[in-house]
Amino acid sequence: MEGSTAVAVDGTIREEVEDVVVRFAGDSGDGIQITGGQFTLTTALAGNDLSTFPDFPAEIRAPQGTTFGVSAFQIHFGSREIRTAGDAPDVLVALNPAALKVNLADLNKGGLVVVDTGAFTDRNLKKAGYEDNPLENGSLEGFRTIAVDITKNTLEAVKDHGLTQKEAVRCKNMYALGLVYWLYGREREPTVNWLNEKFGKRPEIANSNIAAVNAGHAFGETTEASGETSAYKVAPAKIEPGLYRTITGIEAVSYGLVAGAQKANLKMTFAGYPITPASGVLHSLSKLKQFDIVTFQAEDEIAAVCAALGGSYAGTLGVTASSGPGIALKTEAIGLAISVELPLVIVNVQRAGPSTGLPTKTEQSDLYQAVYGRNADAPLVVVAARSPADNFDVAIEATRLATKYMTPVMLLTDGYLANASEPWKLPDVDAIPDFPVEFLSDTEDFSPSHRDPKTLARNWPVPGTPGLEHRIGGIEKSYETGNLSYEAANHQKMTDVRKDKIDRIAGDIPNQEVTRGDAKGDVAVVGWGSTFGPITRAVQKVQADGHKVSHIHIRHIWPLPKNLGSLLKKFKKVIVAEMNTGQLITVLRSEYLVDAQGLSKTSGQPFKVSEVEEAIREILGK
Amino acid sequence: MNVATPPEKLTVKDYASDQEVRWCPGCGDYSIVRAMQKALADIQAPLEKTAFISGIGCASRFPYYMATYGFHTIHGRAASIATGTKLANPDLDIWVISGDGDALSIGGNHLMHVLRRNVDLQYILFNNEIYGLTKGQFSPTSKVGTRSPSTPQGSIDSPLSATEFALGCGARFVARGIDALPKHLPEVFKRAHAHKGASFVEVFQNCIVYNDGVYDHFTAKDVAADRQILVEHGKPLIFGTDRDKGIRMRPGIIELEIVTIGENRITEADILVHDETNKSLATLLAQMESPVFPVAIGVLYCDPAETYEAAVHAQVDAEKEAYPKPDLNEMLRSGPTWTVE
Repeated sequence: MEGSTAVAVDGTIREEVEDVVVRFAGDSGDGIQITGGQFTLTTALAGNDLSTFPDFPAEIRAPQGTTFGVSAFQIHFGSREIRTAGDAPDVLVALNPAALKVNLADLNKGGLVVVDTGAFTDRNLKKAGYEDNPLENGSLEGFRTIAVDITKNTLEAVKDHGLTQKEAVRCKNMYALGLVYWLYGREREPTVNWLNEKFGKRPEIANSNIAAVNAGHAFGETTEASGETSAYKVAPAKIEPGLYRTITGIEAVSYGLVAGAQKANLKMTFAGYPITPASGVLHSLSKLKQFDIVTFQAEDEIAAVCAALGGSYAGTLGVTASSGPGIALKTEAIGLAISVELPLVIVNVQRAGPSTGLPTKTEQSDLYQAVYGRNADAPLVVVAARSPADNFDVAIEATRLATKYMTPVMLLTDGYLANASEPWKLPDVDAIPDFPVEFLSDTEDFSPSHRDPKTLARNWPVPGTPGLEHRIGGIEKSYETGNLSYEAANHQKMTDVRKDKIDRIAGDIPNQEVTRGDAKGDVAVVGWGSTFGPITRAVQKVQADGHKVSHIHIRHIWPLPKNLGSLLKKFKKVIVAEMNTGQLITVLRSEYLVDAQGLSKTSGQPFKVSEVEEAIREILGK
Repeated sequence: MNVATPPEKLTVKDYASDQEVRWCPGCGDYSIVRAMQKALADIQAPLEKTAFISGIGCASRFPYYMATYGFHTIHGRAASIATGTKLANPDLDIWVISGDGDALSIGGNHLMHVLRRNVDLQYILFNNEIYGLTKGQFSPTSKVGTRSPSTPQGSIDSPLSATEFALGCGARFVARGIDALPKHLPEVFKRAHAHKGASFVEVFQNCIVYNDGVYDHFTAKDVAADRQILVEHGKPLIFGTDRDKGIRMRPGIIELEIVTIGENRITEADILVHDETNKSLATLLAQMESPVFPVAIGVLYCDPAETYEAAVHAQVDAEKEAYPKPDLNEMLRSGPTWTVE
């Protein structure tokens, strides 16, 4: 929490704070993600800026009450610009002992703990690995606590609605939500409406949940009256005017692909194979078939990329999505796409590795894989999204480059961006420039190898076109005729043209901008992908102390923007912050001989603002 | 009066590309490519609507020799690429060309799924029981004991029956041909083409360099009539030089047996009549091995069902009908939104 003053709102004395981080935590069956989603919507409607991050277990139904079955949802909201889900929670809602055990260490000093005492049974304490009850043994010293028997109070609140005991207990997340609504002066109406809509066919469930929300809220009012707890107010943020919604990275990348296909005037063939955390793209696009999208759940990752490439061969936009291990399997087919020069968009929702690694945890460790990870000289285009909503724009850009240059494009996003959500000022899709694809139809002097002299993209003759029958394949082909060629000089020429084509794209992408700060100075903090939020906030904080620090965030990873090398040389020192052991930094050093220093994190968790801030201050002090 | 010019009839030559064929002289593949060109000429397949998609191996060079569209892909994956191509444009007529290593070893998974999904394409497996292009290693269809560079003491693995595999995967059309039957083979291809859905054809193909004569025991001229049976729907399963051998169910047990017409009061009426819609019969026929039984050649099984791409597009069309003229702007704004002023 930053900055606080006391104000009176609606009869309740509320302490005004600039920003707050709330973490809801409970068993994976407690409906934590739904609770977080509802709080997010209501907070957005209240005019705060916000950022969220869900953290759920890898197991679908982990044994109840265990620490590895804890599901959490964190929201950071405020009256200022919010770019991260927050370093540490100010408020922890723990619906069982395991949730308390896993999350308490993260809580800010003096933070508020809301616990369901009804869940702190001997059995649950034992499952969470507590030897004695943390509510009684002084574990919560230094924190403020609202200890309330949420389970019992919820059962009491819903008892007249005719639910089974099991159904009734499941309403307790709504009780907790109601209590937190009171804490921050939130309206209950959006959630009431949502419950009525969601459980329209089972009004007894809707009414019970509403009763639970109201009971939680009423409990807050009562404790406030007794002076035990103070409530808060977070004023609306200064946000650019417009129409907003919240969006996750998965939704944004899916809609962006739809928009990209429309701009290219192509139908889409999407082929995927289930993998965490990328499956959401397959799920979303499967619900958007009305946009002329064929979705195909293939038998494996290889079949998925191959089917997507087959779709491109037939004249649609071939798209596949996966995560690191799946991308590894797709690699050979991506090489084929490079060789036959067909468009292909590959979405890589990165996760912690190597191998299976931590499927539900985030990392940025596939940059080498994207830029370098194929046999032979096999260049392609790599772009990276910086925030959940940014996936929309980057997906359109990926489609533009893939179709204009007849090349695979890898879109790097990650598990954090995929699941996190943020408010999104809705774009007017119609106002985004079109980039319609033209298939070859002229049969005169035809060769599948002929290129646009400017872009070097080969022409796109689509099967079904009379007079353009031809053969393509992964064997080296003649620069002139496209027929097989084993000739030495031709292979040199083809290798060169494949590289040159991708290199030239640097002239068709925006120059690198300085994201925050001046175009010269003492320190440039360079990032890519989902580190955007923490870097920009950290730079902002250090700048506030008068330091000449700038933030440079790179979207076009390969080829890099033309001016990047000269831009970096205008800073005395360069820090590259990334969630890997130093991959972008290797690329930058190799391309520009820049003496950059790395800031690395591979804990499966995003950077904290404080971690980046400390690194900047350290380098400034040297 | 104007007279419409009749569309020019395509000849066998029109289906051959201008590329020099690079298979070894005497390779069985020559006869298969000719059979294909003949089949396409017979059905007057439009060049521009026909695509040959292959994997890697000797057989997979096939598309280069056809004057249609062609895509020489990567090892084992032709079925997957073809699936995507067919989904993207169901009007294309797709032939997948593969070999025993490509289809059954590295690409076994994709073959299984393209067959069970029933994607409307023809999958031609050139089976020569050896890896040719990599210089002669044993393959998943090689007989136990095959001596090869990687198995100098003889191979150990049990071989796979391509046809039984296809039936097991749920293929709705399963047939066999032989490179050395140049008149019969185009007819098999034509039947495969006529079938809507995934059509699987195993072609016994002689590799003259690494596995020469591997099928002689049932394809050599002097034994062919007694060691092969050309099955035809609705016709009795009769074979032999004197056309006096027949196949019938052994009484009391699910097993085929060979009987001689005219012996032990056996008449033609006792002989099984081939029913290509009967999967159990197809399986029994596929299991017949030379020299105990004749090898069954022809259409063993044909029982069409709805094709995959038709079902996929039916779903797409239903969504397009339910949400005509979808507007992405509208879609993005369809959930909870709020206005910042």
